[in-house]
Amino acid sequence: MTATENGSPKQPSTDRSLPVIENFTRRAAVKGAFATLGAGAFVAAISPLRQAAENSSAAEFMQTHYTELSPDQKGDVIARLEAETKEKYGADVTIADDRPIPGTKFVYAINLSVCNGNGKCVEACHKENNHDRDTNQSYIRVLEMPKGTMDMEKGSTTYSGTVPKDDKFYLPVQCQQCDEPPCVDVCPVKATWKEEDGIVVVDYNWCIGCRYCEAACPYHARRFNWKKPEVPAKEINPDQSYLSNRVRPVGVVEKCTYCLHRTRRGKLPACLEACPTGARVFGNILDPESNIRWILENKRVYILKEELGTKPAFFYYFD
Amino acid sequence: MPRIANLLFAGVACLAVAMFFVAFNQMAMQDTAYTHHANLDDPAADDSRHVADQKTSHADESESSGDLEVSAVKFPVTIRKPSGPPRIELAGMDPQGRSATVACSTCHANRKPNIENVSAATLDEFHRGMTFKHGTITCYACHNPDGSDSLRMADGTSLEYQDVMTLCSQCHGPQATAFAHGAHGGMNGHWDLTRGPQTKNNCIDCHDPHAPNYPKMIVGFKPKDRFNAPADSDHDHQGADVHDSH
Ligand code: SF4
Ligand code: SF4
Repeated sequence: MTATENGSPKQPSTDRSLPVIENFTRRAAVKGAFATLGAGAFVAAISPLRQAAENSSAAEFMQTHYTELSPDQKGDVIARLEAETKEKYGADVTIADDRPIPGTKFVYAINLSVCNGNGKCVEACHKENNHDRDTNQSYIRVLEMPKGTMDMEKGSTTYSGTVPKDDKFYLPVQCQQCDEPPCVDVCPVKATWKEEDGIVVVDYNWCIGCRYCEAACPYHARRFNWKKPEVPAKEINPDQSYLSNRVRPVGVVEKCTYCLHRTRRGKLPACLEACPTGARVFGNILDPESNIRWILENKRVYILKEELGTKPAFFYYFD
Repeated sequence: MPRIANLLFAGVACLAVAMFFVAFNQMAMQDTAYTHHANLDDPAADDSRHVADQKTSHADESESSGDLEVSAVKFPVTIRKPSGPPRIELAGMDPQGRSATVACSTCHANRKPNIENVSAATLDEFHRGMTFKHGTITCYACHNPDGSDSLRMADGTSLEYQDVMTLCSQCHGPQATAFAHGAHGGMNGHWDLTRGPQTKNNCIDCHDPHAPNYPKMIVGFKPKDRFNAPADSDHDHQGADVHDSH
């Protein structure tokens, strides 16, 4: 080695010069190997990006935050999403941009004396919101609870068969649209926020899938899309909204939106309509004539995990 | 060596381009942010945009400027009603092979009512297989002995079958009050009656008047998620108190 660097190959014996040259080629070979390895590693490292590129167009990658899109840009984004749904799912869908109705604050209540745990709401949410068919995903979990506690961690979702069971009551849990939402606080990119009508929404195109919000939610209300949602074309609900039930991409977090694509158009949420027992009540708490106001004024209502200070817009009551 | 220098130079060039791009994008974003704020400052402009948004999906909408008095036109709340008195299906067929139904009065018009009867078991014939689990009331607490195609209120007045809810509400006042405020009974349609109508269930849509306990149901649909593991073997989310028991 020193020989080559000194530039005097003649000085040592010729048999030493050979190994030097050999050494040189070996170094080159090692370098080459490392370079190949490096390139391989680089390719491997960016392969998720390549997949992402397959899943999302350049336009999607360049899209800015929902709240910063101009109406024109929104139009473009929505047209692109509709085209993508057609291409990937073979379904003709309409994606609206439903904004909060001025003067509304949505509140949900459930009559636990009436709920019998049949799970029709869970199924209705699954269908309404274009959830993955394979995992039977839904934004609602109904917990079978031992009587005498409101601690949802004591509940179980695995019950089956005939309901209601004598010594149990049933506690449906979905996003509580908290007024102090911890999920919003922890999002590092502000991909989730609370709108004026109280609904906590997610911009699925801005979410980076870090799942901090999922960990922060005390009600286990958020869901992560582990894989591309599979929904047959004929089962896709074509009535969609950008911030709610449009088919979500893989790798993002989602949650109950109080069916904003329905409720912001004056309709009742899907889970409420599906409830055969009539346990569910929904409305605008700012309207003094609303059902929800009557319940809050006349029934003893409970909220889940009150001690955490999340201030849910979701109430439970007993007759 | 020059090759490496070339590579380095290419890298630096790329970086510079990327920086330029990011800065440019940032500027564009600030611009849109400003226009957004401008919109917020002018609530009228914002409102009109809302209205425009809504118009697309509700062309028939009359309310606009957010004036609540003006938008007092409300869609109706319809309570489902039974179509009329029940009809009894005849056991046999007529010579043409058609089945037929008859009114209650077909038989009851020429039978003397037993005012005392409280259960299906003590009947001489007919209705005997019926389940009756509705407290200790008699048949004629609700049915009309003087006109079997109608019901009878506690004060003796006759009541059409269509208005059965009035009859139920005599005893089930708290439920009737809750029903009136949407806190009992299922519904469909719109929460906002300025945008569309609503349909509510009738008492007997959910409660069999002869056995009014809500029927048991079978759980059908279950999501597959980590919460679906049995509660006692699930370490993923349970509180410390549950872990202690292991
Ligand atoms: S329930 Fe969970 S997801 Fe919903 S707003 Fe509250 S913290 Fe967020
Ligand atoms: S309101 Fe809609 S999104 Fe929320 S749980 Fe019910 S069906 Fe699902």
